[in-house]
Amino acid sequence: MSLDTISAEAPAYNFAYLDEQTKRMIRRAILKGIAIPGYQVPFASREMPMPYGWGTGGMQVTAAIIGPDDILKVIDQGSDDTTNAVAIRNFFKRTAGVAMTFRTADASIIQTRHRIPEEKLRSDQVLVFQVPIPEPLRFLEPRETETRKMHALSEYGLMHVKLYEDIAHHGHIATTYAYPVMVENRYVMDPSPIPKFDNPKLDNTPALQLFGAGREKRIYALPPYTRVKSLDFEDHPFSVQDWPDTQCAMCGATGVYFDEVILNDLGERMFVCSDSDYCEHRQEAGHFGAEHASYKERMK
Amino acid sequence: MYVAVKGGEKAIANAHRLFAAKRRGDAGLPGLSVEQIVNQLSFAVDRVMGEGSLYDRELAAIAIRQAQGDLIEAIFLVRAYRTTLPRFGYSVALETAEMRIARRISATFKDLPGGQMLGPTFDYSHRLIDFALDADAPAEEPARSASGAEEMANIPRVIDLIGADGMMEEDPAPREDGSVGDLTREPLDFPADRDLRLQNLARGDEGFLLALGYSTQRGYARTHPFVGEIRMGEVEVGFFAEELGFEVTVGRVTVTECQMINQFTGSARMKPKFTRGYGLVFGHAERKAMSMSLVDRALRWKELGEEAGAAAQDEEFVLSHSDNIQASGFVEHLKLPHYVDFQAELDLIRTLHRDAETRAEGATNREAAE
Repeated sequence: MSLDTISAEAPAYNFAYLDEQTKRMIRRAILKGIAIPGYQVPFASREMPMPYGWGTGGMQVTAAIIGPDDILKVIDQGSDDTTNAVAIRNFFKRTAGVAMTFRTADASIIQTRHRIPEEKLRSDQVLVFQVPIPEPLRFLEPRETETRKMHALSEYGLMHVKLYEDIAHHGHIATTYAYPVMVENRYVMDPSPIPKFDNPKLDNTPALQLFGAGREKRIYALPPYTRVKSLDFEDHPFSVQDWPDTQCAMCGATGVYFDEVILNDLGERMFVCSDSDYCEHRQEAGHFGAEHASYKERMK
Repeated sequence: MYVAVKGGEKAIANAHRLFAAKRRGDAGLPGLSVEQIVNQLSFAVDRVMGEGSLYDRELAAIAIRQAQGDLIEAIFLVRAYRTTLPRFGYSVALETAEMRIARRISATFKDLPGGQMLGPTFDYSHRLIDFALDADAPAEEPARSASGAEEMANIPRVIDLIGADGMMEEDPAPREDGSVGDLTREPLDFPADRDLRLQNLARGDEGFLLALGYSTQRGYARTHPFVGEIRMGEVEVGFFAEELGFEVTVGRVTVTECQMINQFTGSARMKPKFTRGYGLVFGHAERKAMSMSLVDRALRWKELGEEAGAAAQDEEFVLSHSDNIQASGFVEHLKLPHYVDFQAELDLIRTLHRDAETRAEGATNREAAE
């Protein structure tokens, strides 16, 4: 047999790619994370067949918890059809063969990058976040040896100084995504780069929320109904983005997170729901925005 | 024009098809065989084995072909495959003094037991493009010594020769239980022991280590290095089989070992003697082995009581950024959509602009009133 024919044979992989021993190791880290909400548990992250920084942490968490009966939803930027969400969904289709859905309500596991769905999650659902930099203090202190000490001692003065300086310079806290939160009054945690608009959804959620950072080899968790508070000051309370007088151009929704879409080179733009499933669900229910008709016309 | 959000799936499939066609190139030309790559691009194969940390020439060649010659991509393919392989255990320490030497040089002694053996090397060649090189012509038969010296084993290591005089620092003692660290099984923790540091460097990116090693020569953590010895050749890999109760040889690997000797004038902790930096890499990879030994030595500042301050001495900095699979993944993830976060930033800038305008208006109104 020549080498070329050897290479043509596809290697057999375990259910959901990772071997069972690795899954057990990851589950142990997840359990520890659930036991200590907001604490970053180091784990022996594996190389995945997708690049580091493209969701390998979330994929390892999903692979460790997924079973044949699960229904998986994968979103990136709130949408099921963004390229990387498609790639991750195809990975699990290929290696686990489980059912896939776009519907938030139908999913038992939702893996996400940068968003939390608009629809309220239930206690029988797990939300898995992809995390690039799990350490909320990293941009204030680059050394892991230092930041671990700061967490151990609940020494978060540096973070408050940073937020205070923002207010002194700009009149606002200049962090708009990956906005740090305090978990159960103990650990400051990075909620992954979700817009701060989504931060309130972390608090007191019935669903289990798991966070996986593959390259940085950390897992952390928010068990159901955990108290999660966005950092702020009494005289500068936390607030989220809002778009006054703005409706989704497709479904007419208000009070959701919007994508801004540039329509032409005159700078005209429209706003649409970032959560594509939420938007479609509303359209099916007969809610329409200003651009809905002309869009449907073009798509014919 | 608002582009439909649907369509990612189809676009990806088409992009992959286009890419596969690019890989094959002109279908009128014969495709590369794995054997050709193994035989004729051996340095590429060695680099992929080393940084992929999997010793398998054929697999490395398949990866290089699939990656269209992008070696970091090939290393990634090998790594992603390697991580799925079962782990039977750890080999016993390689005995490089018993190497079947193909090349061995020392820059510190003119002659020494076992002799200098130039072997196959780029060194001392003129880097002139050989326009007349006929890839199909057989190479001229190399001259071989009558004694068959290239097969000679048991040539003592230069380090051991100087060590006999007590001028060289001793080999570090292994851990009492004989265990070694493994950063592919346990997440790296700082401060890291030297075994983990060496493992990290051996898997690290050649370019990154080259630049860091170079920086130590230019005064950033100067360590006064000499090449005590570079040796390249085959060593046996032994595995202690519990079931049998004795050690068995499971195969041979080609490695390049570099022992850098560094001047050391002593510190509060240690009297003056020569110290060492160590490099060991799969295959024939002298540039990497030398860079590795320079960086290894620079990282030992604490243990030797030296002053620190340079990049190459900073353990967290070096070990956290040496892995080119982690680095390329994270750098290139910036290609992924970030429009949710960008929207959040847009919103902030607009708010700040509005604030500034309001302030400016307020100031104008006040002036007008005065």
